[in-house]
Amino acid sequence: MSLSELKKGQEAIVESIPEGDVRHQLLRFGIAPGTKVLCHARIPFGPIVLRFGGQEIAIGRGLAKSLKVRPGSLKKAE
Amino acid sequence: MSNCHCSAVEELFPGGQKKLVLVGNPNVGKSVFFGAWSGLYVEVSNFPGTTVEVMGGKAGSWSVYDTPGVYGVGSFNDEERVARDVILGADVVVNVVDSTHLERDLFLTLQVLDMGIPMVVALNFTDEAKANGIEIDLPALTRELGVEVIPCAAVQGKGIAEVLEAVERAVPGHPTPEVEKRVTALLDRIDMRPEALMVAEGDEVVALRHGVHLSGGEEGREAIYILRRERVNKLVDEVVKRPHGKGRVRDFIGRMCLEPVSGLLILAIMLLAAYQVVGVFVAGDIVAVTEGKIMQGLYEPWVIGTVSRWVSPESFLGAILIGEFGLFTMTVTYLFGLLLPLVAGFYVTLSLLEDSGYLPRLAAFVDRMMNGIGLNGRAIIPIILGFGCVQLGTITTRILGSHRERTIATAILNFVIPCSAQIGVITGMLAAIGGVYTAVYGASIFLCLVIVGTVMGKVVPGETTELLIDLPPMRIPRLGNIARKTVMRTFFFMKEALPWFAAGALGVSILLRTGVLAAWQTALSPLTQGWLGLPGEASTAFVMGMVRRDFGAAGLTSLSLSPWQTVVALVTMTLFVPCIASLMVLFKERGMKQGMYIWVSSWIIAFIAGGILARIVL
Repeated sequence: MSLSELKKGQEAIVESIPEGDVRHQLLRFGIAPGTKVLCHARIPFGPIVLRFGGQEIAIGRGLAKSLKVRPGSLKKAE
Repeated sequence: MSNCHCSAVEELFPGGQKKLVLVGNPNVGKSVFFGAWSGLYVEVSNFPGTTVEVMGGKAGSWSVYDTPGVYGVGSFNDEERVARDVILGADVVVNVVDSTHLERDLFLTLQVLDMGIPMVVALNFTDEAKANGIEIDLPALTRELGVEVIPCAAVQGKGIAEVLEAVERAVPGHPTPEVEKRVTALLDRIDMRPEALMVAEGDEVVALRHGVHLSGGEEGREAIYILRRERVNKLVDEVVKRPHGKGRVRDFIGRMCLEPVSGLLILAIMLLAAYQVVGVFVAGDIVAVTEGKIMQGLYEPWVIGTVSRWVSPESFLGAILIGEFGLFTMTVTYLFGLLLPLVAGFYVTLSLLEDSGYLPRLAAFVDRMMNGIGLNGRAIIPIILGFGCVQLGTITTRILGSHRERTIATAILNFVIPCSAQIGVITGMLAAIGGVYTAVYGASIFLCLVIVGTVMGKVVPGETTELLIDLPPMRIPRLGNIARKTVMRTFFFMKEALPWFAAGALGVSILLRTGVLAAWQTALSPLTQGWLGLPGEASTAFVMGMVRRDFGAAGLTSLSLSPWQTVVALVTMTLFVPCIASLMVLFKERGMKQGMYIWVSSWIIAFIAGGILARIVL
């Protein structure tokens, strides 16, 4: 599934990141394949806010759609 | 070739002293170290070929340089390129890191370690880390990095002197072993290690400088970045202990900024507060004293009296020096009586928003709306600034990711956003005519914003970058740092604005003296009378509006206008061309051609919108 489909409070593990400059920027921030992230907030129709380690980053909806994740927590919504 | 890495820095700050370079992510407090070490004597230069500023100063036997805040160095944007080139010329690097944010900050630390440059790590915000229950194993971190790590709380002055002391015994640390291998493999072709690392990371600019052909650069960068990221994660696992259980107050506030309802409420409160401070208190009360009482009341009569002793006020030279748009009269009054307090007021507000951690959250909050006009959330920052002064906003469009975004944001700023000086006059006039008229004015401007933004979003070529922004912890801003930032920024802004504004004033004086201005007014009056349905004298206001936006609006107050005429006049004036000083900054930032496009278009947009409104309401 893509990162944009995560529900608020859901945890997931990053599987793949799109190619290009943005990939390097994400690596610098600390998001790599295998990173465990928490969906901290979803701004309606807007960015996804992730929390991981001690950090928070906001990722635009379009970019979030191209990041693939696999749900990685038992307390999944639904 | 051998010294090419220093050349840009040498050119900027010549002198044979050893170079100490401050490096760090944005908002880690580098400037506090820089300020404490270099004192007041600071030089700022535009880095060759870019719009990025580098600050240089002296600390004992060292030349100190502050670099732009970056998450890593490379060739992704101007800031990174500048940081890279300054670091490549460093004898010692002081890397400032945020103790509460090591996962992010250590990436850059390891990049500098991999370069093999002697380094000291300043572990800043240790007080805050402690308050948050974050424990950092200092001996283990020091051992792993192989360089001195000094705990600091820079805003309280802790650790600043210790770091400078440690600089004397700085050594290169432990590079990442696998990265080291890749760098060593290049050393037969590139004899300087830091450069070799940049080439191994696929930096084409550095490769070109050394005449090395780069193959598989992307792959190299990717591999090194992943290795480095793994090392950071491992390191943080080993040395950082975070408390479990969240729900701290500032987390709560941080989240509230992002929720739809509370986010909107916080935004409204912030805007109202900013308007009260800058729009009402500074633009009104303070400017009344600085511009009205001090400059026009005391300074101008004095300077006119003094200069008149040698130069007749009626002469050409007299008009240029002490006339209506004189270099010693209006230019000085405008710069110090009006612009200085406004800009300082704005920078205080901006620094508060920045240091509190609110600004990036606001960028995330409005991202979706900004997408609609071809921008991402980051563009809210120059637009907010534009309400203070269009020049400030235009300069700040540098932070946007692509050429397209900078063009759109600059156009919106120059077309639709009224500056605080103008807002002051406009609110006064609207207050006199009341509710419905004010609503129509507001709705007209908003509609223009939406139309202009949507059209620009469709027409301007290129791509809009996706929002990717780090949300720093919410913090209570420190007054000392706010004051320091405000003074520095205001000073550099004034330094940039001064010559441009003086040139503009000079130009207007000449137009006035040669009669060109009067001819222009006559030429314009059919447009104002026939098309906008305003009295003929309104054309004078529009000519004045070309010089200064609030002059234009103020010029309307003396006319006898019906309430609807006032609305039409104000809408047209708001959309009308930027003031001379802004126009100069526009040319400087976006080039003559684009600047002219924007300037001419704002004539067209202002008169079309005003004319349509006149057809509807008059």
